[in-house]
Amino acid sequence: MLERGLEEKFYVLNLGPQHPSTHGVLRVELQMEGEFIVKADPDIGYGHRGHEHMAENRSYLQFLPNLGRVDYLHALAYNQCYCMAVEKLLELKVPERAEFIRVITCELNRIASHLLWIGAYLLDLGAFTPFLYCFDDRENILDLLDRVTGSRLTYCYYRFGGVPRDVDDDFLAGCKAFARRLRSRYRDYENLVNKNVIFLERTKGIGIISQEQCVKYGLTGPMVRGSGIPYDLRKCEPYSAYPLFDFDIPVGSTGDIYDRYMVRYREMEQSLRIIEQAVDKIPAGPIMAEKVPKRIKPAPGEVYTAVEAARGEFGIYLVSQGDTTPYRLKLRVPSFGNLSILPEIAVDTLVADLVAILGSIDVVVPEIDR
Amino acid sequence: MEKKTGEPLIHLGVLEEALNLARANSLWPMTFGLACCAIEMMAAGAARFDLDRFGAGVFRPSPRQCDLMIVAGTISKKMGPAVVRLYEQMPAPKWVIAMGNCAISGGPFFYPEMYAIVPGADLLIPVDVYVPGCPPRPEGLIEGILLLEEKITGRGRLRKFRNAAE
Repeated sequence: MLERGLEEKFYVLNLGPQHPSTHGVLRVELQMEGEFIVKADPDIGYGHRGHEHMAENRSYLQFLPNLGRVDYLHALAYNQCYCMAVEKLLELKVPERAEFIRVITCELNRIASHLLWIGAYLLDLGAFTPFLYCFDDRENILDLLDRVTGSRLTYCYYRFGGVPRDVDDDFLAGCKAFARRLRSRYRDYENLVNKNVIFLERTKGIGIISQEQCVKYGLTGPMVRGSGIPYDLRKCEPYSAYPLFDFDIPVGSTGDIYDRYMVRYREMEQSLRIIEQAVDKIPAGPIMAEKVPKRIKPAPGEVYTAVEAARGEFGIYLVSQGDTTPYRLKLRVPSFGNLSILPEIAVDTLVADLVAILGSIDVVVPEIDR
Repeated sequence: MEKKTGEPLIHLGVLEEALNLARANSLWPMTFGLACCAIEMMAAGAARFDLDRFGAGVFRPSPRQCDLMIVAGTISKKMGPAVVRLYEQMPAPKWVIAMGNCAISGGPFFYPEMYAIVPGADLLIPVDVYVPGCPPRPEGLIEGILLLEEKITGRGRLRKFRNAAE
């Protein structure tokens, strides 16, 4: 909270909790001098739902659907991280076909998340048309995922030891068709957005984050890659079937909003490459590990697993005391770390630029509040 | 007799019917997402589902310009007062759709030990239509809006189909 009544010349402006560009229910208390921001103070907690508390009250399997609701935009990565943590505790070996299915669905979900971000972010900047284009493409992914997972948004598809339902040839052919379709749309995005003068003016050179600041604040994901640090858990600490695929990590150079946009934009192409390779190389075989216990009761111990979600490093620290419920489950969410840089980079910017900066962080508020 | 907030004191018969017809076919929802359901609300307004077909696609960020509040997501105890304030800021006549299980009854997050959420939007504000699902598909939200149209005018697009089915 800001100190009140001390500086009469400053004007206090509340951005949120209901504001179209806060992507949910984030409140930022701004101290302003004219149009310029003197101090920005994010106030979180409007979306607190007590996920961690729920984990301590439920059995391991009952908590699985919650993960799809922590970050609803890249739900499958969160599913995967939790499954990996429990599998590590139970010492289960996931079959190769299941790992491939996980990679394909997870990357499709990542593209959907980035597409939604591009659409919603440009909506913040005042462009309505890209929103319709992005959602049109995104619906294709949702159709594909709907076929295998049974839901459109809050997926709960992975299980401990594999996946419950196999994918068919139609799904694999659909993935390839989608890759062709999205590539044919790049020209539209280039013309609509990437070369748009208004967009360039509003994003280039604004909200610059240096590499030191990235390390200092523990930023991850496109935020850190936009500043030129090639940190991606899929390469740095490979998990699942990612070491088998050939893909690059797009990085920016200056660390401004435009670089972060381009990182996400180019990541979609890399995800398509992973999907295509996985579809070509997917092996036959079982989709569930053998000997998955009916009643999940891991031996006492603690694990930490992390995955690269669309917003950055998502980690789960899980402590078991040999019970049917976890003793403690800590979610390390990327948005929380990424948001913490806002007070530093928002100083001396205009309100309009703050909206651009806040959008470029790509926060999912229920994920921050958990 | 309990009256809904903003209900007029004098009713004007035929004129009101005509006005209701206009209101029902141009509902302006508020851009007000709380959690997951907000994404499906956006999807309902975007290219494929296109809420504009029913005149309800003009999402406005300010409550002063809206007559429909779609409560899309979990209402936390910290957010509760803000939801009430937003509802009060909307000009009458106004309607509310509770979208998703969280807004209806707390959904998966409501259990005896839960401390953080308000179990149901109807504990705070009067709700007209409930759309169940976690999250509801955009088709569900569209049906909710059509039901609201029916509630406002007494005759809806859906009724025709329902009668045909019977």
